[in-house]
Amino acid sequence: MAIELPENVVISKLDQLANWCRKNSLWPMPFATACCGIELMATGASKHDLARFGAEVFRFSPRQCDLMIVAGRVVMKMLPVLQRIWQQMHEPKWCISMGACASTGGVFDTYSVVQGIDRFLPVDMYVPGCPPRPEQLIQSIIDLQDKIQREGTLNGREFNLESRQEPKRALVEIPSASLFDGARNPIF
Amino acid sequence: MATTDTTTLQALQGRFPAVTTSEFRGQTRVVVPSESLYDVLAFLKNDRGFDFLSDVTCVDYLNYRDAKDRFGLVYILVSTLTNERLFVRSFLNEPELAVPSAVPLWEGANWLEREVWDMFGIKFVGHPDLRRILLPPEYTAHPLRKDYPLQGRGERHNFPVLARNSA
Ligand code: SF4
Repeated sequence: MAIELPENVVISKLDQLANWCRKNSLWPMPFATACCGIELMATGASKHDLARFGAEVFRFSPRQCDLMIVAGRVVMKMLPVLQRIWQQMHEPKWCISMGACASTGGVFDTYSVVQGIDRFLPVDMYVPGCPPRPEQLIQSIIDLQDKIQREGTLNGREFNLESRQEPKRALVEIPSASLFDGARNPIF
Repeated sequence: MATTDTTTLQALQGRFPAVTTSEFRGQTRVVVPSESLYDVLAFLKNDRGFDFLSDVTCVDYLNYRDAKDRFGLVYILVSTLTNERLFVRSFLNEPELAVPSAVPLWEGANWLEREVWDMFGIKFVGHPDLRRILLPPEYTAHPLRKDYPLQGRGERHNFPVLARNSA
């Protein structure tokens, strides 16, 4: 039995509505530890104007945020702090790993620098670059919005999926012996 | 141009004959046996007016060409009265990696010596609070030693992993 609807009524799923609200009001938590943080600030400033994508309200309290942007290298003394801040954020929440250092350790392959935060935290988006330009960060936020719209659910069921529990790795570690093996890598 | 007056060096050598002096690129350096290090520093501060301790640092000479000793401890002293600057060095070898702390002479030595302890594992006897200053307290190694691997011994990987639904 068909029901006549007035023209100004749209039918949707409640999930879709929640996703639409969530994706357009992301509140970033700027975890800016190094030079990438400067690009993060530039992204929020007037020239690049993150407000166009509804994500301009940076808050320094994890309780008020739902998007963690890790911009810069994380040292081993800082990682427990990062994990605690992540745990203090409310669901639903997402994480962007900005720059080579946050994603893989970058050039800082030393005893104190964590080789990619995704070893210890769930990451949704990786932004390559050293540092990434603000356009790249904005693109990752747009992609994250797509992802939220695509797979988000009202009660966050997608976060409990088995496939999202395994730690992801942006870059699988190359054993250093094979990297410096002159026979296989003639450039060394 | 030397950074230290000859009268200062003569007074120092008159009092401590074992001290050797040299000059490199205009910087005056003295090498002091570690037994008399504290006395030399006290003499320089109290009798020669070196009222400012600019830095305390250390060099690991492991595998260094022609080096006879393992660690070279460096004190950089400045006199704000006469504008003299003196590099006091003292060599240490394992297992006697301990020297008297300079905190009774210059309060500023406190954090500088903690950093040398943190990075090289040299003990400063009599230091009021010899804890690590840069690395986390549970760290066991002294990473600026040359026999410590650059990528560490796995310290950066010993953390709990947060799954997506564990928060
Ligand atoms: S990726 Fe480059 S710009 Fe970003 S924190 Fe690392 S070194 Fe700095």
